[in-house]
Amino acid sequence: MSAGAIDASGAVGQPRRPTRSRPVALARRRGVSILMVTLTCLAAAVAVVPLVVILVYLLKQGASALSLSFFTSMPKPVGEAGGGMANAIIGTLILIGIASAVGLPVGIGAGLYLAERRGTRLANLVRFLADVLNGLPSIVMGIFAWQFLVRPVGHFSALAGGAAIGAMMIPLVTRTTEEMVRTVPQSLREAALALGYPRWRTSLQIVLRTALGGIVTGVLVAVARVAGETAPLLFTALGNQFWSTKISQPIAALPLQIFTYAISPYEEQHAQAWAGALVLITLVLVISIVARVVTRARLGGGHD
Amino acid sequence: MNATRKLPSIQGSVVADRIYRATILFFALCVPLLLLLIFVEIGRAGWPALRQFGGAFLTSSRWDPVQGEFGAAPAILGTLLTSIIALLIATPLALGGAIFLSEFCPAWLRQPLSFLIDLLAAVPSVVFGLWGVFVLVPLLRGTVMPFLRDTLHLGVTPFFTGPAYGPSVLAASLILAIMVLPYIAAVSREVLMAVPRSQREAALALGATRWETITGAVVPYARTGIFGGIILGLGRALGETMAVTMVIGNRHELSASLFAPGYTMASLIANEFSEATSDLHLSALMAVGFVLFVITLLVNAVARLLVRRVGEVRA
Amino acid sequence: MTELVTLREVEGAPMPSASGPCAMRTIGLDAYFGSVHAVRSVSLDMPSNEVTAIIGPSGCGKSTLLRTLNRMHETVPTARVSGQVLFHGQDIYADEVNPITLRRHVGMVFQRPTPFPTMSIRDNVAAGLRVQAGDKPRRAEVDAIVERALREAALWDEVKDRLNASATGISGGQQQRLCIARALATAPHVLLLDEPTASLDPASTQKVEELVYELRRTMTVVIVTHNMQQAARVSDRTVFMLAGELVETAPTRVMFTTPSDPRTEAYITGRFG
Ligand SMILES: Nc1ncnc2c1ncn2[C@@H]1O[C@H](COP(=O)(O)OP(=O)(O)OP(=O)(O)O)[C@@H](O)[C@H]1O
Ligand SMILES: [Mg+2]
Repeated sequence: MSAGAIDASGAVGQPRRPTRSRPVALARRRGVSILMVTLTCLAAAVAVVPLVVILVYLLKQGASALSLSFFTSMPKPVGEAGGGMANAIIGTLILIGIASAVGLPVGIGAGLYLAERRGTRLANLVRFLADVLNGLPSIVMGIFAWQFLVRPVGHFSALAGGAAIGAMMIPLVTRTTEEMVRTVPQSLREAALALGYPRWRTSLQIVLRTALGGIVTGVLVAVARVAGETAPLLFTALGNQFWSTKISQPIAALPLQIFTYAISPYEEQHAQAWAGALVLITLVLVISIVARVVTRARLGGGHD
Repeated sequence: MNATRKLPSIQGSVVADRIYRATILFFALCVPLLLLLIFVEIGRAGWPALRQFGGAFLTSSRWDPVQGEFGAAPAILGTLLTSIIALLIATPLALGGAIFLSEFCPAWLRQPLSFLIDLLAAVPSVVFGLWGVFVLVPLLRGTVMPFLRDTLHLGVTPFFTGPAYGPSVLAASLILAIMVLPYIAAVSREVLMAVPRSQREAALALGATRWETITGAVVPYARTGIFGGIILGLGRALGETMAVTMVIGNRHELSASLFAPGYTMASLIANEFSEATSDLHLSALMAVGFVLFVITLLVNAVARLLVRRVGEVRA
Repeated sequence: MTELVTLREVEGAPMPSASGPCAMRTIGLDAYFGSVHAVRSVSLDMPSNEVTAIIGPSGCGKSTLLRTLNRMHETVPTARVSGQVLFHGQDIYADEVNPITLRRHVGMVFQRPTPFPTMSIRDNVAAGLRVQAGDKPRRAEVDAIVERALREAALWDEVKDRLNASATGISGGQQQRLCIARALATAPHVLLLDEPTASLDPASTQKVEELVYELRRTMTVVIVTHNMQQAARVSDRTVFMLAGELVETAPTRVMFTTPSDPRTEAYITGRFG
C-alpha cells in the first residue's frame, strides 16, 4: 500500500498553496490527522470486540454444561439438570440434508446458467434477483414456507423446514457456483467441445469438475449459514421434544432448542441453551475457518 | 488408406444438450419464480387484513386480536427506529474499521482482522439473542440505563426516561448494530480497497495529510459503494428476527423512550404467529410479513444497484 | 454416395485444384464475429492424406477459418457462418449434422496446451474415448489405445511410468504433446492444428513436426502456423491468407519458390529475408 510508506503524522512533500503552509495551520491539520487515524484504529478494535465477548461468554457458560452425554442423550424434563440435545443435533443434520437436496441442485444449476449465459439480459436479471433473495428476511421465508408447505398439508414437518432453509441456500450457492465456474478458463471448455464432448458433459464433467473445490467451499459456507437459521423453522419444523427422524413429522433443531430454552424460566434449561449455542457456533465457525483456509490455499496456489 | 476407412456419419441429435440447457434455464428461473411465489402467496394470505383495514393497517397503532383490530404502525415504526439507531451506531464503527483496514493497517494484520470481523456475520442470530438475553439486557438494566438516565441526566429528554426493564428498543438496536456492522464493514472495505492508488497519490502530492486524503479523495471516490453497503446493512437490520424478538420486550406501544419495550415487524410475526387464533389475526400477521417483504425487497434492490455500479466502475 | 456430393459445384466457386478426393472443402465460406467479417468468401480444398498449412499475418483469420471446419466457431456467442464446409462431401452446417459427432471425427489442438487438470495423464488421453458413440471400450482396449496415441505423439517414453499422475504436473511441451495424443486417441479423419508449436521449445517442436509428417499416412491435417520454415517442412499444400481472404493456395514447393501473387511473395520474402 502506497500510504503505508508515509509517515502517519502528516503531510508529504511541500504543500503548494502558501496559505496552507502556515506552521500553525499545518500543525493543526497534522493533529487532526493523527487523531482520526487513531480513531479508525480504535473503530477496528471495537468492531472485533463483540465477537470476542460473545465467544468468551459461550465458552464460559457453555463449556460447563457440555459433555459427551450432551450429544448422546435426550432433553431432560423441565426442572431436571443435565440431559442433552441428541434429537436436536440429529434434527439439524436432517434439516441440512433436506435443505441441501433442495438448494444445491437449484443453486448449482442456476450458477451454471449464470456463468454460461453471462452477459445476457436474463442472466443479469437472475443474478440481481439472487442477490435480492439473499437479503430476504428469514422470517418472511418462514411464513411463506408455512403458507405454501404446511398450511395445505395441515401439519408441521421437517420437510417444510428443510425446504425453507434450502430456499435460503439457493442465492448463496448460485453466486459461488457462478464465481467458481467463471474461474475455469474458456480454453478448457473449448478443448472438451473440440474433443466431441456434448455441452452438458463439458459443463458437468470438465468445467464443474474443475471448479468443484471452490464450489464445495461455497456450499460449506451456505450450510454454515443456514445451520444456524431459526426463524424459518419456527412454523415449519416446529421443534420436537422427542426423538424423531421422520421427515413428515415435526423435528427438533439445534437453533430452535436454543431459542426455546433461552426464553424459558428454568436455570437448567438456560445452561443447556448455552451448551447448545457453543456447539452451534463451533460448527459454524469451524466451517467458516476451513472454507477460508481452503480458499486462500487455492488462490495462493493459483499464482504459479 | 482413407479409402479403406469407413466414412463417418456426422449426423445425430442434439437432444441431450437441449435437455441440459432447459434444465439449467429452469433452475435459473427458479430464483425469480421463488420471489414471485413468495410475493403472491404472502400477499394473498395477507389480503383479507389489508382489504379490511386499508391504509389504517399501516397507520393505526391499535393491535387487538381479541377485538379483531389490527394496525401495524407500532411494529413498522419500531422496525424503522431500531434499524436506524443500529445504523447510526454501526456505520461510524464499520466505516472507521474499514478505513483502518484499507489504509492504515499493517499488511500482516489486514487479513486476520478482516476475517475476524467477517466471522461476526457468521454468528447465528439465535446466539446473538441468547447473549442479548443473558448478558446485554442485564447489563443495560443494571448499569447502562441508570447511568444514561440519572448520571448523565439524559432522563430530562423523552428518549431516556421511564423504568429500566432491560428488554427494550435500546437493547434491540444495540444487538442489531452488532449484527449489521460486519456487513457494512465488509462492503466498505472492498470498495475502499478498490479505489485506485492514483487517487491517493494525487491528494498526497498536493500536500494533504493522510486524513485529508481519506476524506478528500478516497471516501468520495468510494461513496456510492459505501452507501450501498450501509443500505445493505439496513436491509439486514429490517428483517432480523430472532435476536430482536428475544430482547425487544414485545409490546404494542409506541414510546419515545428507548428504554421502553417495543416491537418490530419481524418479532411481531415470530411472537404471535403460532398463537394466532382467528383467521383475521393470521392474515394481519401475513400482511405484516408482506409489508416487511416489500420494504426489504426495495432496500436490497437499491443496495445491490449501488454496490454493482461500484463493481462496474472497478472492472 | 458422398463422392457425388463432393462433385457438386457451387456457382462462382473455383474448380478444385487438387486432383484426389478432399476430406475437407470450403465453398464460398464467410465467418463473422458480430460485425467483424473475419473470413471472406474462402473456397479451399484440403485433399485427403495431405498436410495443408495456412499462413498469413496475425489477425488475418487463420484461426477463425480453422474453427469453422469443426464448428468450434459457433461456440462464440456472436459468431456466424455462411457458405459451405464439406466433410467428405457432407455439408457440416446442414440441419441434420450434430456438431458434437462431427468434432469426434475432426480433432483439434490449440496453441496453448489444455490438459484437463482434474484428470490423470491416462484419463486425459482417454477423455475423447469416453464420449464416443457405441460401446464403451474395455479397460484393456483403452490402455492399448492410450499407449498407441502416446507413442504417436512421441510422449510414451517420458510418461509411461506415471500415467496416473496429474496431467498438470508435466512440462508445457509435454502437455502439448499430451493434447495431441488426446486428439489422436479417437482416430479422427481430420486433425486441425492451430499453431501447435507456438509455445514449445525447439526439441518439442521438432517432435511435433515429425509427428505431423507421419500423420498424413492415416489422416488429413490442417495446420495454422506463423513459422514459414515449418510450413515448408511439414506441409504438402500451403494457403496464404490476408485480411480474411484467401490470396493463394498452391503445392508448398511451388508456393515458396514461385508464388503467383505479389502479396504472397512480399509476405514470404519479408519473412524469410
Ligand atoms: N472472439 C472474437 N470476437 C470478436 N472478434 C474476434 C474474435 N476472435 C477473433 N476476432 C477477430 O477476427 C479476426 C480474425 O481473427 P483470428 O483469430 O482468426 O486471426 P489469426 O489469423 O488466427 O491471428 P493470429 O495469428 O494472431 O492467431 C481478427 O480481426 C480478430 O480481431
Ligand atoms: Mg490464431
